Amino acid sequence: MSLLNLVLALPLAGFLIACFIPRSSASGSRTFALLLSIATFVVSLGLPVAFQSNYSGEQFLTDVVWIPSPEIHYHVSLDGLSLWLVILSTFLTPICVLISWNYIKDRAKEFYAFLLLLEFGLVGVFAAQDLFLFYVFWEVSLVPMYFLIGIWGHERRIYAAVKFFLYTMAGSVLMLAGIIFIYNRAATFDYPTLLGMLSAGKLSFSPAEQLYLFLAFFLAFAIKVPLFPLHTWLPDAHVEAPSAGSVMLASVMLKMGTYGLVRFCLPMFPGAARDCAPWIVILAIIGIIYGALVALVQPNMKKLVAYSSVSHLGFVVLGIFSFTQLGIDGAVYQMLNHGISTGALFVLVGLLYERRHSLEIVDYGGVATAAPWLSTVFLVTTLASIGLPTLNNFVGEFMVLQGSALVNFKWTIFAAIGVILSACYMLWLYQRVFYGEAGEEVRHHVPDLSAREWAVVIPLILMMVWMGTYTQTFLPPVSKATARVIEQTNVNVPFRVQYPPLNEMRARVEVGHAR
Amino acid sequence: MPVNTLPANLWPTSLEMVRILPEVILTVAGTLLMLLDAVLGKKGRHGYGHISMVALIAAIVGTVYAGANQGPAFGGMLLVDGFATFFRVLVIVVGILTVLPSYRFLDRESAEPGEFHALLLFSVVGQCVMVTANELIMIFIGLEISSIASYVLAGYLRDDRRANESSLKYFLLGSFATGFFLYGIAITYGITGSTDLTTVRGVITGSNPPSVLFVGLAAALMFVGLGFKVSSAPFQIWAPDVYQGAPTPVTAFISAGPKAAAFAIFLRIFMTALDPIGRNWEPLVWMSALASMTIGNFAALTQTNVKRMLAYSSIAHAGYVLVAMTARTDKGIAAAMFYLAAYALMNIGAFVVVAHLSGSGERYQNIEDFAGLGRKQPLVAATLTIFMFSLIGVPLTGGFFGKFYIFKAALESHLIWLTVLGLLNSAVAAYYYLRILVMMYMREPGEAAEKVEPLSLGQGMALVLPAAGILVLGIFPTWVLNFANSASSFLR
Repeated sequence: MSLLNLVLALPLAGFLIACFIPRSSASGSRTFALLLSIATFVVSLGLPVAFQSNYSGEQFLTDVVWIPSPEIHYHVSLDGLSLWLVILSTFLTPICVLISWNYIKDRAKEFYAFLLLLEFGLVGVFAAQDLFLFYVFWEVSLVPMYFLIGIWGHERRIYAAVKFFLYTMAGSVLMLAGIIFIYNRAATFDYPTLLGMLSAGKLSFSPAEQLYLFLAFFLAFAIKVPLFPLHTWLPDAHVEAPSAGSVMLASVMLKMGTYGLVRFCLPMFPGAARDCAPWIVILAIIGIIYGALVALVQPNMKKLVAYSSVSHLGFVVLGIFSFTQLGIDGAVYQMLNHGISTGALFVLVGLLYERRHSLEIVDYGGVATAAPWLSTVFLVTTLASIGLPTLNNFVGEFMVLQGSALVNFKWTIFAAIGVILSACYMLWLYQRVFYGEAGEEVRHHVPDLSAREWAVVIPLILMMVWMGTYTQTFLPPVSKATARVIEQTNVNVPFRVQYPPLNEMRARVEVGHAR
Repeated sequence: MPVNTLPANLWPTSLEMVRILPEVILTVAGTLLMLLDAVLGKKGRHGYGHISMVALIAAIVGTVYAGANQGPAFGGMLLVDGFATFFRVLVIVVGILTVLPSYRFLDRESAEPGEFHALLLFSVVGQCVMVTANELIMIFIGLEISSIASYVLAGYLRDDRRANESSLKYFLLGSFATGFFLYGIAITYGITGSTDLTTVRGVITGSNPPSVLFVGLAAALMFVGLGFKVSSAPFQIWAPDVYQGAPTPVTAFISAGPKAAAFAIFLRIFMTALDPIGRNWEPLVWMSALASMTIGNFAALTQTNVKRMLAYSSIAHAGYVLVAMTARTDKGIAAAMFYLAAYALMNIGAFVVVAHLSGSGERYQNIEDFAGLGRKQPLVAATLTIFMFSLIGVPLTGGFFGKFYIFKAALESHLIWLTVLGLLNSAVAAYYYLRILVMMYMREPGEAAEKVEPLSLGQGMALVLPAAGILVLGIFPTWVLNFANSASSFLR
């Protein structure tokens, strides 16, 4: 049994066991969830250790027939694209258990069971290499999140949960139609086989088919990302979800969309993807600027962070549709960065909410005097989020901007406005919440970090610094995988103008300088 | 001619007796129940239920035994094939799942138990005859046995005004539809000189075929009759009223058993005898499928009564099965079979929960009454969650796999628009199914959930068994799927 299967099996087993923990023992279920999610994380650390970063193909491969007819495989494996996203999921789950430790009192057993089921679904989405299996995990991850928001959320939780479910469902049914269409043409759901057939010319789609298939997949992913103007479910879901839900949603579930774009949309429908790229990039840039502007005026902290996600994810989409190695590398790296830094922001906002029971910015002020360590940690996270060099987001954003500049410098200019705006809204938020005169409520009810909370924030801060200073740990496998994606986008599009490879481009830039 | 001088070749052979074993068992048991009822009356109490349980389980064994000895019986009137075996098992299982929760129901409403179980068994007999028959008159007889018993069951609580309304509507409109079906049979006989499906097909495809106009007329008339029975648009008007008014265990039954059997004959008639003019009826089914899905789902969105909502949902699900029929392939038939099995399980399960929750006199039938059920009775809520996710079509449930298989068959037949519209429809449907989950888990318990009785053993089994079945169909569909696939190719 490969390590990856173990990483999948542990949360699933945990979910099933958690269902049978007696209701009376709330602390039993949270301890169990913590131990199990830590165990899963420790096991999953074996993945990058055993990962061969100079090999771009599938690793930790398991491929067995699940349903013989129509042939559906349980085919899971990892490559550089999915490796770190799986680690991100397993890394954040224990953190989510810890931040819910005291907050979730009602129906604790169900809460932790759903959290573990969510982890199973998320790892599965990133590991699945069979289109049908991918769709199964995609939908399975929807169910626990729906309950997490709907049962343990804030006042308008039901509206938010239903909206979240329906938006995702509406997008994914069209993807299902696309998957079935592909199966009827290729007689397989197996993704590597499909790509092999595409590059060997055994399977081809007419331009019209390719466009419709691309749009069917793209819509499902774009809703999940979420790309402007499909983002309206996101602020609702984030604001209403409990902290753990917000963290998982922002850090990992949004990445399902961007991951899907890189993994499926580009290699399978390269022609349509290139044709649509200018339009998508425009939407992404609108998202970057619009998300940032809306974040600027939010009175609610969670909503502010949610809109900042719309902005940050715009960068990811921009990077992907630049079709450059640098841009896609940056996009994948930015997915991980955003997972860490926005996850941390939601964690910290959640800590504030637990203390003050409010998400409105006006209710705060002067937290820095009441809780200096909390404020320091928040500051580091803020700086990471706005892309300060030596912290993680800088690397990703820089790569994305550079990648887009290779294609069209105007894109870079507009996208860079988003970076400036992100500094505006984050620093302004920080100023309003942490500086100034501490009110009565804040002084008495906002204690500093407890030991459990330190245990949550230290790993997050460490990751921000690590990913911001030593990218060498993370980027090589990513680059290997994205190089392959780019290679795949170049097959079977003979009649298209292709962007010159990176080196040539560099050479040209240097020549320009020499002049 | 006196009976005892019947020619020797008309006496049923032992093989023929084996092939109608399930019908024989159920008829004998049903008659026995009626006799016992005359003698014991209400004193028989749960004994009637036990007898019908034993009879239904014996009938399944009989079906399997008959299925091992496939072939025609009684001069080709009946045809025991894989298709018939599949649907026989399905309708008998539906019968079992109706008997299980009805113990509690009959006690609660202090209704006569003997007649109820006898009528139920007779209805199942009718459905078994329907799905096995390969001849139009036989089909008609089965349809009538099944329908008349169902009409009576719908009005079983004779002091309940809603049940009376339900029964009357069901009877009047049902008879009307049967009339159409019978006209269709008459015209078929008139133009082909036969009521045997195989012969009819032979004449239509033969060297001297009748005018396609008349065949089409016969097909259209039968389509109207059967469309009513499966409650597909535009013949769905009766379903919400009947489903709402009938006692809930009966609603569970008529939404699954008679519907599955009606679809079985729908498939058998249209895919064998009328298959040669398939290109002519395909647009009709196409439109009916789309209309059923759309009307059913959009009407369900605004319902406040759960039984009415599930009635509209069942109209929508009839639409999905019609999508499979529109494909006009073996894969389509297999998909329809698989879907009907999953549908029967999830729908009965949902209605059993309604029956359990609604309490004596069925007072609590509104969606609000589900509030807080997740806190009060987690097992009931968990099983209903599985049924709802299966009705929505979330992966790892039978409902999802069935839907997947249906739309796969439809895409293979290049029905791209029908597939896209159907799938979008299922996203719309998610909304009203989610409302029930919202109520159960995200609201505080209301009056209904506070007053709900503990589950009886029968009800518990009627919830856990279908839930397990749905998960098996969703995770390991292979066995049922293979059976459906082999049975569907046999049909043609």
